[in-house]
Amino acid sequence: MLEPTAFNFKKNISKALGDRQLRANLKSAMDGLKTKRLNVFADDDELQQLRILCNAIKKRALSRLPQLLEQLEEKCVQNGIQVHWAETTDAACRIVLDIMKQHGASRLLKGKSMVSEEMHLNQYLQKIGIEAIETDLGEFIIQLDGEPPSHIIVPAVHKNKDQIAKTFHEKIPGAPYTEVVEELNSIARKNLRQKFFEGQIGLSGVNFAVAETGTLCLVENEGNGRMCTTVPSVHVAVMGIEKVVERMEEVPPLLRLLTGSATGQLITTYVNMITSPRKPGEKDGPKEVHLVLLDNGRSKILADAELRQTLYCIRCGTCLNHCPVYTRLGGHAYGFVYPGPIGEILTPQIEGLDVAGELATASTLCNACEEVCPVMIPIPRLIRRMRTESYAKDSSATVKGHGYKTNFLESTVWKLWAKMNTSPWLNSLNSKMLGLLGGLLPKAGPLKAWTSVRSKPKFAAKSLHQRVKERGVNRE
Amino acid sequence: MSSAARDRIMSNIRAAAGDNVEVPATACLPIATYGPQEKIDRLKSLMEAVKTEVHVVSKKDWPTAVKSVLRRRKLKTLLYAPETALGPELEMAWQNDSEGLPELIIYEGDIESFKETLFQTDAAITTTVGAIAETGVVVLWPDSTEPRTMSLVPSVHIAVVDSATIYNSFCEIIQRQSWPEKMPTNAILISGPSKTADIEMTLAFGVHGPKELIVLILK
Amino acid sequence: MQEKRQYPPKPQKVYVFGTCVIDLIYPDAGMAAIQLLEREGLDVIFPQEQSCCGQPAFNSGFPDEARQVAREQIRVFKQDYPIVVPSGSCAGMMRCHYPELFEGTELQAAAKKFAGRVFELTEFLTHVLKVRLEDLGAPLQVTWHSSCHALREMGVIEDSKSLLRQLKNVELVELQSEKECCGFGGTFSVKHPEISGSMVRDKIDDIQATGAPVVISGDCACLLHITGAAENLKLPVKGRHIAEFIWERTHA
Repeated sequence: MLEPTAFNFKKNISKALGDRQLRANLKSAMDGLKTKRLNVFADDDELQQLRILCNAIKKRALSRLPQLLEQLEEKCVQNGIQVHWAETTDAACRIVLDIMKQHGASRLLKGKSMVSEEMHLNQYLQKIGIEAIETDLGEFIIQLDGEPPSHIIVPAVHKNKDQIAKTFHEKIPGAPYTEVVEELNSIARKNLRQKFFEGQIGLSGVNFAVAETGTLCLVENEGNGRMCTTVPSVHVAVMGIEKVVERMEEVPPLLRLLTGSATGQLITTYVNMITSPRKPGEKDGPKEVHLVLLDNGRSKILADAELRQTLYCIRCGTCLNHCPVYTRLGGHAYGFVYPGPIGEILTPQIEGLDVAGELATASTLCNACEEVCPVMIPIPRLIRRMRTESYAKDSSATVKGHGYKTNFLESTVWKLWAKMNTSPWLNSLNSKMLGLLGGLLPKAGPLKAWTSVRSKPKFAAKSLHQRVKERGVNRE
Repeated sequence: MSSAARDRIMSNIRAAAGDNVEVPATACLPIATYGPQEKIDRLKSLMEAVKTEVHVVSKKDWPTAVKSVLRRRKLKTLLYAPETALGPELEMAWQNDSEGLPELIIYEGDIESFKETLFQTDAAITTTVGAIAETGVVVLWPDSTEPRTMSLVPSVHIAVVDSATIYNSFCEIIQRQSWPEKMPTNAILISGPSKTADIEMTLAFGVHGPKELIVLILK
Repeated sequence: MQEKRQYPPKPQKVYVFGTCVIDLIYPDAGMAAIQLLEREGLDVIFPQEQSCCGQPAFNSGFPDEARQVAREQIRVFKQDYPIVVPSGSCAGMMRCHYPELFEGTELQAAAKKFAGRVFELTEFLTHVLKVRLEDLGAPLQVTWHSSCHALREMGVIEDSKSLLRQLKNVELVELQSEKECCGFGGTFSVKHPEISGSMVRDKIDDIQATGAPVVISGDCACLLHITGAAENLKLPVKGRHIAEFIWERTHA
């Protein structure tokens, strides 16, 4: 499904662009999310203040990451939460599996977690015959269809009600065919309620982990997250190491920007803050809580002062919502867990430029994402960095797989371009040639690509340089 | 194995982290402060906007209000916590007249033994530690007397809020109630009944959490 | 780039940076820009040694080559005159990215100073020259397309539209999705022609939906892409650079 060897970006793009329904669904969904966001942040001054503040909070948290992770671990352990460290996604999967084996569990109840997608946890467990059950409605739907999520926040955004109705009817025993949204929800509620009742082990992600108190903060609307983290006797939380914040009072502004940017909500239905397993005397809640801290390349990203900003991301998905390219392609085309603008900078750093570097080409650098990113990640700048490192073979480049794209043709083209643009007579010669013969250029290379969409450019007989010279414009 | 991984991750991060960066002393941006009535009005209207049923009642009338809310529904059982401030008053109100009302039940034992009953329970009523006017939420700190699943599993959740505990903002309740010093096992902010827009971005209420949230604001 | 910019008083001399798209394909737009500035009484200087702002290489992942070309522009526009640029994209490159390009090099200070002297044409006309335009043309409906860099890096979309609104016989009908990228994106247009084509198709639909026969823009690269695509689709969408348009409407 998401294996790197199967990643054919060009093919995915063609497929996505040809899918009228996908495009219509995405356009309508993204437009709706953009409007909701504008409505909930009606006071632009307040919004900008919040962005500056949250950027500062993340910047400092990352500059103190070692201390904060140590403090988080210390507090969690003090409170009875068991902390595990995983360098790779494989190690993280093994940790989850070990916990399940310890409890003889054959089923895992999952709340929505992008890190668990990054871990390919479901597939890992499935190979050993363990069932991972998605409980978030969007994830539940795509799991029935065997698809990965196509958006960070609304994983089934590419699907229509009739597709979902068909899936439910065919794959959920006893489910009637209905396209009424409330009825579809009821089917899911009934089906999953039994699973919540039976559930032994629940898994969740973490939106923010507070070092000061050892608290895991989770946001959601459906209640499935609370079900997974409250009813089963064991709760496992998986988290990227960059999600730690220093103080409890830093949660409110981050929360405000997260819910407002992700779904245009002032606040989600639930904000769930977990600090310990069930204490003596308490009647419910998991008896065991585990926190799995995942690195998977984040410590390397941290090491670069510029690229570190990638780790500010709070996974709100609003960059996707505002991206004209994502809106036309949808998440599946990007081939990896994180699509859209954030995916273009995060994925190559995790997977390697040689594997995922193509993603960074799919942007016009329009800056729509940067304009709305709640933590002010300079995404276009980092995309450009990915592009630069794609061609840089030397040690000035740091991203895994850099220089994979180095080729004689492109290097030569740009060298010639630079020569021409630093040599006035060459430049002048070029414009004369184009003015005379430009119309005769064969439709090859870039011109072929250009003319697949647009008519051939008509080069002026006389360049501006020449016109100005002839007219006589003032000297200095 | 885990601690070798920890050591390697920590040493990578230490090498990578670099200079300490200063940020403002507080992350709490000043927000509007609401007067007592404004707090009630704002809490009510924000929660109603997400389909919470909100009633503002006087402190002495609240059991009557609860009864009237319950009589409009056909509910068999109401889970409550006898050791809270609500407990005795509820019991007394039911003793006087329980016509058309659900049976009062308590959380017997721990979830392991109570689970089956819990999942069949129609409604639960809980206290709160406060509410937040800025965003329209009630705040619960479940504990041994009022377990977490009370506000999660039954289809109807009734939350009782003292209007004097409505704070302006999330930041304010964190600071004024000194949360960093004493976080409970679980703290929850709740704005309304559970919902989702995962199907064609169409909002639908009543998913996995309670289908209905009823809030009584006591003045 | 969204902080309120402080504008200098009206100078005596200005440089004009033509941009390579205007140089090679739309020289009339460049001439019109020069004429508009001269009409306000300025001495316009067009250094013949100028070439490209360097953006194509910069965005494609070749910063060294971009730096070589940028260095040349810094050298060529050496006097302390404002540099007026009839393109939001090129102005954005010079103003927002030259400091970044030369960070940590011996040209760091010079690049910063240079960047501070760069003005997009319509912001210069509006805030420095405070032009007053008298419309001599027949009634006409137009729509406005802003390049992404004019919108987000230079922040000049309102300046541009305010100039059009000064023309009393011109009715400006705004695009429904005014802030959406047209899909040009420099080398993106040839690296991902399919996506680029899909984006420009939507932009063309948006333009046609306004009913305006012509789209005005401050960026010739966008115009080349939009009108070129329209031509390919045999759709009657005409484009004009704002300098040419204003000159035509206000010049007897």
